[in-house]
Amino acid sequence: MAEKELKVRPIRNGTVIDHIPGGQALNVLKILGISRTTGAGATVSVLMNVDSPKLGKKDIVKVEDRELLSEEVDKIALIAPGATINIVRDFEVAEKYVVDLPDLIVGVVRCQNPNCISNSSEPIRPQMQVREKRPVQLRCMYCDLPLTERIADFLI
Amino acid sequence: MLKRRHVLSSRDFSREEIDSVLKTAESLEPYARGRRAGWLEGKILALLFFEPSTRTRMSFETAMKRMGGSTINLGSSEASSISKGETLADTVRVMGSYADAIVIRHPKEGSARLAAEFSPVPVLNGGDGAGHHPTQTLLDLYTIKKESHLDDLSIALVGDLKYGRTVHSLAYALALYGAEITLVSPPSLRLPDQIISDLSRSGAKLVETSDLSEVVGDVDVLYVTRIQRERFPDLVEYSKVARSYRITPEFLERARSGLKIMHPLPRVDEISPAVDDTPHAVYFRQSFYGVPVRMALLKMLLEAGQE
Repeated sequence: MAEKELKVRPIRNGTVIDHIPGGQALNVLKILGISRTTGAGATVSVLMNVDSPKLGKKDIVKVEDRELLSEEVDKIALIAPGATINIVRDFEVAEKYVVDLPDLIVGVVRCQNPNCISNSSEPIRPQMQVREKRPVQLRCMYCDLPLTERIADFLI
Repeated sequence: MLKRRHVLSSRDFSREEIDSVLKTAESLEPYARGRRAGWLEGKILALLFFEPSTRTRMSFETAMKRMGGSTINLGSSEASSISKGETLADTVRVMGSYADAIVIRHPKEGSARLAAEFSPVPVLNGGDGAGHHPTQTLLDLYTIKKESHLDDLSIALVGDLKYGRTVHSLAYALALYGAEITLVSPPSLRLPDQIISDLSRSGAKLVETSDLSEVVGDVDVLYVTRIQRERFPDLVEYSKVARSYRITPEFLERARSGLKIMHPLPRVDEISPAVDDTPHAVYFRQSFYGVPVRMALLKMLLEAGQE
C-alpha cells in the first residue's frame, strides 16, 4: 500500500482528507480556510503528488486534533469530488466517508460575471446553487450565470 | 393568487401563476383606461431607477396611480446618496421603510435579487443589467393572448437573440405554453447555446434560421427586436448586421392575414413606420398592456400583504 510507504507519520487524532486530485491540496486548504478553523496551534501536513492507482497522482491533507464536520468539508467536492474523509481517533480510522457536495455553496466561489451584483461592494457573500455534482455545474444565485469550468480560478 | 412575495424573474413563475396574472390584468383593463378605482389608496410605490427607462417607469407610475396609490422617486443617482457611495442594500432597506413596494432597475445583473434579500417590502424587477425583465415578459404574454392566442402558437423571434434579455425571458415562458418557436437572427447574434439547450430540455419546439422571408408566411406572431448598437465593441461588426431585417408592408404581403407584429420598443428602423397603420401592428397596444399587467402584479402583491 502506497500509504504505508509515506514519509509522514500517522496522526493520533484528527482528520485525514485522502484522494484529492494531484495538485489540488492547496486549493482544498483554501476552501477549508484551514488556518482559521483549526486555530494557531494545529499541525497540518500536506502531501502532494503521491502515486495513486485510482487517480494517478493524489494529494493528502492531515489535520491533527481536529475532527472536521461533514458540512465543513463537503464543499471541497467542488474540486475534489472523490475525496474521502477519515476521522482518526487514537491512530484508528473511526469514521470514513466520501465528500458530498451540498445543494448551496455560500462564500466559497465568486461569480465569473464581472457585472454581477455579487462582485460589487455590497454586504453579501456569493451564493452558488449546485445544479450537477459530477461534473460540477454551479449557477450564481444572483445573476443565474452558470460556472462549469476552471472553478478553482474563482475560489475566494 | 401569486405564490411569491417578489417579482424577480419570469423563470420563477409557473404556468398557473402566469395565467392568474394575465386573468387579473384582463379584469383590470377598464381601470387601466381610466375607470376610477381606489384599491391601493394610501399605498406608496418607490421607483428606484438607476438606469434610464421610459415605458417601464411611466407605466408602473400609471398603474399605481390608476388604483389610487402614489409613487416616490429616487431621481437621478447623482442627486441622491448613491453618489456618496451608499450600497444598494442600504438604499433598499431605507426605501422599504418609506414605501409599500419597490420597483428597481439597475445596471448590474442580480441586483433585484439582492434588493429582495434586504427589502422589508415586495420588490419588482424592472430590469437588471442583461439579466431579467419579468414584467416585460408578462406584458408580452398578455399581448399575445389578447391579440393572438397562447395555445398552439407559432411565433418567430427576430433580430438580436444573443444580447436581448427580453427574448431570452420570453422564450422560456413560451416554452411553458408549448409554443413552436422559430429563431431568426444573423449567425453572429444567435440565441446562446445554454438557452437553446435549456429550452430543448423543457420540450420547446425550436427551429433556427437567418432568413426571415422563409418563415413570414407560417407564423402567428413576429416578435421583432432592435439590434443594439451599444452591445457591439466594434462598429464594423455592428454595421454588418445592423440592417439585417426590415419589415415593410410589401414584405408582409406573404404573411398570414392574422399575423401580429410585436416589438418591445424603442425601434430604430427594423419596422417601417408604414407598417404602423396595418392590422398587423400591435406594438403600441403592447406598450399600453404594460399598465394592466403591472396593475395586476401590484394589486396581487400589495393586497396579499394586507391579509
